[in-house]
Amino acid sequence: MTTKFTPDHEYIRVEGSTGTVGITSYAQEQLGDIVFVELPEVGKVLKKGDEAAVVESVKAASEIYAPVSGTVTAVNDALNGEPGMVNADPEAGGWMFKIEVSEPGELDKLLDADGYAELTV
Amino acid sequence: MAEASSEDLLRTPLYERHVAAGGRIVPFGGYALPVQYPTGIMAEHKWTREQAGLFDVSHMGPSFLTLKDRSGDAAADHAAVAALVEPLICGDIAGLKPGQVRYTLLLNESGGTLDDLMVARSPRFPGALYIVVNAGTKEADFALLAKAAGDKADFQRVDDNALLALQGPEAVGVLAAMVPGVVELGFMQFGAFQWDDEELIISRSGYTGEDGFELLCSAKNAARLWDALLADPRVKPIGLGARDSLRLEAALPLYGHDLDETVSPIEADLGFAVSKRRREAADFPGAARILAEREGQLTRKRVGLIVQGAPAREGAEILDASGKTIGVVTSGGFAPSLGKAIALGFVPLEHTAIGTKLQVSVRGRAQPAEIVPTPFVPHRYFRKSV
Repeated sequence: MTTKFTPDHEYIRVEGSTGTVGITSYAQEQLGDIVFVELPEVGKVLKKGDEAAVVESVKAASEIYAPVSGTVTAVNDALNGEPGMVNADPEAGGWMFKIEVSEPGELDKLLDADGYAELTV
Repeated sequence: MAEASSEDLLRTPLYERHVAAGGRIVPFGGYALPVQYPTGIMAEHKWTREQAGLFDVSHMGPSFLTLKDRSGDAAADHAAVAALVEPLICGDIAGLKPGQVRYTLLLNESGGTLDDLMVARSPRFPGALYIVVNAGTKEADFALLAKAAGDKADFQRVDDNALLALQGPEAVGVLAAMVPGVVELGFMQFGAFQWDDEELIISRSGYTGEDGFELLCSAKNAARLWDALLADPRVKPIGLGARDSLRLEAALPLYGHDLDETVSPIEADLGFAVSKRRREAADFPGAARILAEREGQLTRKRVGLIVQGAPAREGAEILDASGKTIGVVTSGGFAPSLGKAIALGFVPLEHTAIGTKLQVSVRGRAQPAEIVPTPFVPHRYFRKSV
């Protein structure tokens, strides 16, 4: 299992050919209280960089982009009732969707934990 | 508004306090101000509704208009200074009692709104008005007021002072411990009060829907006043984010969003700000349009909407039940006190009845919305019978 990051503050935790996507702790802190999360539909085919989800804070809406290309296989429906989970537990309970990775080579171009940490100092 | 680079931004006398408190500084109306402190907008919003929130509103435009040649007859002097500003606005200023504050609108000749503002009659000095305008429009407003003053009055902008707002159910208890005299003020009354060596101009007013006060203080004592208020455990500092969500729940319009040069007071559902005497005299800018609209000849009106699903933000289209675009959201977001999305927007008159089922378009998807009475959260002003 390995976790990669985008410069837009998404993470993707890869197990086999499936990645679990959410936003980093740094991102949730920047956004503030999340009040609504719009998730993609299961089965949706995304290209790397496509808008995949939207998180709404009290003040503004922010797009969440697909870190890699693939097909959405599951979404975290718990966020519909409890969007604040993105703040409280962004990298576990606050995950947003799972994606079946279609271009594994794209993962290599993402940041590793150290590279991402450098971005957010 | 284009974001100015940080070096162009003005700082209020409390800037260092915001930075020290961990405020996230953003550009707003040409000033560097905190959008939130570390606890976040939701917590700040709720604190203000339950306790007392302290806001730095020094970006706004306080000013004084003072008659030069006073007769000594208080009524005549007030009438003379009122006559200078009334041609610009739709409010009855001549009819203000000493110490009374009035919300009014600065209008253009076609009845559109140049700004919304507070005009108050000095409780002590005949022939003097205290006027507070919005940050984004203050240069233009001040130019109009200075021109109206002509050679008959002195117009003095005092926006280099600090303006603080203390809002919430505990505001009166907190402030009375420092300045006992404020308990005598009712909603929309003001006066000068001594605090240590500082004379504060304090009005019982604000823009959150709660009871509260706005305090004008010299720049040199501003941080001391800020600290003294925050020393009370009932008070926390509140940023612009919660200021916006609080005023939205109170359905108070925000200039540049819900009000602009095309929007009339009647369209904006601010008919109360067109004073009776001024209506009867029809002597304010755009009177022909505004009086006709008041008789029902208007094409759009500001309404409040409860939105299901994602918040509909400014610019979102409002659709009728069949999906036809009929209007636009001018302010919208999440209401922390209600736990749902709310919006203000303009729709044609035939769609304004309470309970009308409409839709809003968010990211290309139609979501259900319903016209509801405003304010969304009841106002809790402290009104005194006079």
